[in-house]
Amino acid sequence: MACILSLAEAVAENVKDGDTVAMEGFTHLIPYAAGHEVIRQGRKDLFLVRMTPDILYDQLIGVGAARGMKFSWGGNPGVGSLHRFRDAVENQWPRPLEIEEHSHAAMANAYEAGAANLPFAMLRGYIGADLPKVNPNIRQVACPFTGEVLAAVPAIRPDVTIIHAQRADRKGNVLLEGIVGVQKEAVLAAKRSIVTVEEIVDELNPPSPNSVVLPTWAVTAVVHVPGGAFPSYAHGYYPRSNAFYIAWDEIARDRETFTAWIKENVLDAKPEDFARHAAKSAKAA
Amino acid sequence: MTDFTPTEMMTIAASRELSNDDVCFVGIGAPSAACNVARLTHAPDITLIYESGTVGTKPDVLPLSIGDGELCDTALFTVSVPEMFRYWLQGGRITTGFLGGAQIDRFANLNTTVVGPYDHPKVRLPGGGGAPEIASNCGRIFITMALSKRGFVEKLPFITSMGHGQGGNHRERLGMKTKGPTRVITDLCILEPDPETKELTVVSIHHGVTRDEIVENCGWAIKFVDTVIETPVPTETELAVLRDINARTKKAHQGTDKGKEAA
Repeated sequence: MACILSLAEAVAENVKDGDTVAMEGFTHLIPYAAGHEVIRQGRKDLFLVRMTPDILYDQLIGVGAARGMKFSWGGNPGVGSLHRFRDAVENQWPRPLEIEEHSHAAMANAYEAGAANLPFAMLRGYIGADLPKVNPNIRQVACPFTGEVLAAVPAIRPDVTIIHAQRADRKGNVLLEGIVGVQKEAVLAAKRSIVTVEEIVDELNPPSPNSVVLPTWAVTAVVHVPGGAFPSYAHGYYPRSNAFYIAWDEIARDRETFTAWIKENVLDAKPEDFARHAAKSAKAA
Repeated sequence: MTDFTPTEMMTIAASRELSNDDVCFVGIGAPSAACNVARLTHAPDITLIYESGTVGTKPDVLPLSIGDGELCDTALFTVSVPEMFRYWLQGGRITTGFLGGAQIDRFANLNTTVVGPYDHPKVRLPGGGGAPEIASNCGRIFITMALSKRGFVEKLPFITSMGHGQGGNHRERLGMKTKGPTRVITDLCILEPDPETKELTVVSIHHGVTRDEIVENCGWAIKFVDTVIETPVPTETELAVLRDINARTKKAHQGTDKGKEAA
């Protein structure tokens, strides 16, 4: 059964130095508040997993919390580069970053294999592409029935997966809606999971029998953090702050402005601040 | 005739490649603009799919990311990312993939990964995302990017997604049954792979552009087909639709529009 905890408790109990950590959310429902708590608690040597690292992993990499990252697209969507990620790969600042790079299809399959308790995933992928030459974790497997050669990648099995969702009930059952990405697979593939939510309600009332629900017995900790996905968004609650994504380009370009931003908005900030940011974003839209 | 910019010509020429029958996997940026101009002009029934899982989406403003709320709000339905890549893309349900890229070579292979060596890159680009499997699993591929010496290069430092590989029947030899890149739409001209060699060759030149400009802006010795045509100029309607959606998009992304970005 999931425990309903404060964000500080959930991160302290479930995220350890050196852990393999997946924070998922495909553009939508990115768990920013939880990621900031990981930074505030000074976690280090993390191996980060995420299809689209986005601004959140730019922040974790920039503060030096990560020893490595497994990913498939490392940009600021529609804007350009993730400058802290680039600085780590190109100049090893603030520390070297080991990278394991895949395609989206391979990452999605690898999460699904993890959720299905399989050791690897296969796909008809990477044909004629150079990634298999630089990533030893992309191999080949022959179909035992037809002999067709397919790409194989190891299943993703995080120590802990962190996601954000619309709501949970008081028992800790969680509902996700909209662009649901790979969050269900990422939670089911992990040993432990933290879900931050916009609301905790008496009755979950899933809108359809086919709704995406993570039952309390498949989740480790649930945390009430309204606005916790800002500057990403929560479908039905507040929009994506595209203005912030555009502004991040300038903030992250320079090590000093980045460090000052982290101090003001992460180290000296609280999870409760997210509700205010999200409300502002909703009002601007 | 109304004045238009080379970028407007590129987007509109790209939009004309699509029809109502297309089920199109849309890349962000220039491809997204072209696909939505097609939908708002001559191809109202086109199915647009973004890799975030939104199927049959009809955005009123262009998304900044492939997962903006606008895409989900206006989609026929939305699936998970594993389902998107497994059932719909790998399952062979998508007729057309529309990609952009940082660099392309004469056989329409694309690089969006690194400039310089992979282990010590001079420039670390975002990477492939969905592109490697979009390029191999969609029925055919359109590519749109501006023609420049930096972008159209003799040799790619890294092949993120395969076009025609080393040319000829390379795709077939690797077991691929899909066509690969069939058109490359730039701001100066349109290219098609030669039927035999698969080398990208100029088939249509945009109004007011000279052959010399095309040669000067390409990193390899670019060839022209025997009968090159002139790309028809944008119509008033095409230009009005493109400018309208760009204006709405700009307003929305600055956070001043009422409701359009709201989830």
